[in-house]
Amino acid sequence: MIFGQRNTSWLTLSWLTALALLAPVLVMLFTSVGNFGELFSHLWQTVLPTYISNTVLLTVYVSLLVLLLGVPSAFFISQTQLISAKWLRWALLLPLAMPAYLVAYLYTDLLDYAGPLQRMLRTAFGWQSPTDYWFFDLRTLEGAAVVLALVLYPYVYMLTRTALEQQDTSLLRAGRTLGLSARQAMLKIALPLARPAIMVAVTLVMMETIADFATVQYFAVNTLTTAIYDTWLGYGDMAAANALASVLLLFVLFTVVAEQKSRAGQRHQSNRPNLSNDKIALSTGQQIFGLAFCWLLVILGFALPFGLLIVMAIDYAQFDQLTQLTDIGWETLKISAYAATAAVSLSLLLALFYRFYPKSVNHLPLQISGFGYAVPGTVLAMALMATFGPIDHWLNDLAIWLNWSKPGLLLSGTTFAIIFAFVVRFAAIANGTISAGIGKIPHSIDKAPASLGIGLLATIKRVHLPMLKSSVFVAWLLVFVEAMKELPAVLLLRPFNFETLSTFVYQLISDERLEQGAIGAIFIVLFGLIPIIWLNKNKH
Amino acid sequence: MIKKIIGLTAFAATLVAPVSSASADEVNVYSYRQPFLVEPLFNEFTQKSGIKVNVVFAKKGMAERLAREGEHSPADVLLTTDISRLIELQEKGLLQPVNSDVLEAAIPSQFQADDNSWFGLTTRVRNIYTAKRLGDIAINYEDLADEKYRGKVCTRSGKHPYTVALVSSMIAQHGEAKTLTWLKGVKKNLARKPQGNDRGQVQAIHQGLCDVSLGNSYYFGKMLKDDKQKVWADAVNINFPNQANRGAHVNISGVGVAKHAPHKDAAKALLEFLASDKAQQMYAETNMEYPVRAGVKKSDLVASWGEFKADDLPLETIASHRKTALKLLDQAKFDL
Repeated sequence: MIFGQRNTSWLTLSWLTALALLAPVLVMLFTSVGNFGELFSHLWQTVLPTYISNTVLLTVYVSLLVLLLGVPSAFFISQTQLISAKWLRWALLLPLAMPAYLVAYLYTDLLDYAGPLQRMLRTAFGWQSPTDYWFFDLRTLEGAAVVLALVLYPYVYMLTRTALEQQDTSLLRAGRTLGLSARQAMLKIALPLARPAIMVAVTLVMMETIADFATVQYFAVNTLTTAIYDTWLGYGDMAAANALASVLLLFVLFTVVAEQKSRAGQRHQSNRPNLSNDKIALSTGQQIFGLAFCWLLVILGFALPFGLLIVMAIDYAQFDQLTQLTDIGWETLKISAYAATAAVSLSLLLALFYRFYPKSVNHLPLQISGFGYAVPGTVLAMALMATFGPIDHWLNDLAIWLNWSKPGLLLSGTTFAIIFAFVVRFAAIANGTISAGIGKIPHSIDKAPASLGIGLLATIKRVHLPMLKSSVFVAWLLVFVEAMKELPAVLLLRPFNFETLSTFVYQLISDERLEQGAIGAIFIVLFGLIPIIWLNKNKH
Repeated sequence: MIKKIIGLTAFAATLVAPVSSASADEVNVYSYRQPFLVEPLFNEFTQKSGIKVNVVFAKKGMAERLAREGEHSPADVLLTTDISRLIELQEKGLLQPVNSDVLEAAIPSQFQADDNSWFGLTTRVRNIYTAKRLGDIAINYEDLADEKYRGKVCTRSGKHPYTVALVSSMIAQHGEAKTLTWLKGVKKNLARKPQGNDRGQVQAIHQGLCDVSLGNSYYFGKMLKDDKQKVWADAVNINFPNQANRGAHVNISGVGVAKHAPHKDAAKALLEFLASDKAQQMYAETNMEYPVRAGVKKSDLVASWGEFKADDLPLETIASHRKTALKLLDQAKFDL
């Protein structure tokens, strides 16, 4: 160990951070102790098995789909001479800016019996009623899986692409020299090397899927999240709801452990990053396939739904909303940016700690800080209130005792609670992305500056942070965009007269008035695009 | 990084604006009701009284939020869409009685809590919409399980408070066993899994997916006034069920004052305003609900649907069967 065996202040800071992020989850676990055996056995005998199988199926479908969509697109962009790759490179990220529930509404509108597509078909073939022909039903488990995959595949695409681009090309070249075809080299060398990044991305997608409520509810697919809401809001049994949410946590624990097991013992680090640009030439057929594949993703995940929004906005022009929406937009942008910055800073703190003091016990802070990801937003919001509430009460009591004026609910009643919720919820994204980035830095580099008498902080600042730049950017972007889209936690935690773009659009959507929310929805997407464009510019 | 953390802390500090100011000329509302329904009312109130209304809108978890906030909660007034939520707030001890002669005079006693902790503001009927192609028919809730509607019934989720309240009223009328049989029958008759909201079901009738649906009364008026949705509404008749027997199931939207309300007087003033002729008229005209205050005219459109007989089952009874209703819905696997 070059910087000594221990670093007490860093250790303390790491644990404090991790425990702060874990606190709401712990509170949730502790309050799940209750006498709900009867309710539980009722649920088990009636609906719970279906809920669980739906959750498992949905997660499996979405995971497979995002792999199928994300890995090939990352390959095309990073490894081949695909025409228009320069555009596709960032265009493939665009679906990230679309909230899944919004895409669900838009596609239902388009593909429904009353939607333009089926109307056209009916006119063309003279069909009269739904019984005259078969048309697939989007509001199903499979439909929900497709919609979720269309907006979540960019995780896999982005992390895989980054991994492939930062790969040591000498290995690939060695493979080629030994007689592997370009395809074989890809399958046998490049992809296995990128596996950690791909696994991180799939794990994130799984957690996102497990915690989703809006999309599955709209598609009438009952999952474990439904069960949580039922027990809490229907049966009024918070303890049982928390117990079920804890079951979700088990799912997460399982996926996290499985992901780490799957890449245990796999260590390849390169100090020769991909400098040359010898990309695979494609045949005409391959070119066409690649173009169709990638552009179709952009169209289905972004262009088409966004186009539908614009058409709606023009049809139902409500331009008097614009000033209000700009204000709301900046507010949303601000809290999302705070959350992203906080999440990334904390991730760096935890991940670098483990890097420099790689004992398994030092890995714990990093691992436990990401647990909030799979907790549905509303449940997390409740847990957060249960955590901050007592502190707020104590502060108020203290103020009264000191004869000061009451400060009010400083933590649980302000935007602080929302930002904190974002960080808890999305820390896993930052952790995953940044850990994957740190894993790419050769360990040999850690020691070099020390031998030159350069201290720990200086080493990190001068060596690691610059090398982590792209991972930090990606992590920041992902957290930011997710925060922009987050809905349930904001709905419950917001202070008086506070709106984000999501809450604004949601209140109209929930009343089947998407048309009037179209401009607001466009704002969500446009504000979500700002960092995508900005990051793209900064990288070149 | 350290700079960032310090910067962030500074940011956080600036974000923490005081929320509960002690000034008397404002009132804080937690609302289950949607903004566009209540904002015109609040604007009118502010204009009249000079009291500013601050609102948080949320459907899920408001009661828990209030309970957690306890004595330091900034909330003054709770606005809900359903009797069960009012009773939930009452049972959790989150409301305080409001003694007001104005409210007593304005709101009929069956729409008030015995301890004056909540007050109904409007009533809404759980109607059955039928396709115009079925012609004029008299229909009962019980008929939704009738074989002749096999594959023809549409409804929103069974877990929605409006459905749960209806099922509760069935339990009160028929008992658990019969209600379960009824639910299974309705489930068999469904054209598709329960989904969407009340308007979505009327849209489905318009599309020919089904013939019969459940929906609250005011949605009919709202659809008729919407350019896109008018065709949906034009495809259906609005029916008041069970007119030959116990009457149509009726629920209320209502209001209560939070136990630890910091602006008690302003809260009382807001309640009295919401029960006033003017506000009740606005409820009737813009929201097309039935005002609780006697003598307030219904909107012309609502009046055109005719008089009807309402089930006089006490609201508390409906709320008391809520958990049983949820269990029966699970047993019938209604939403699956």
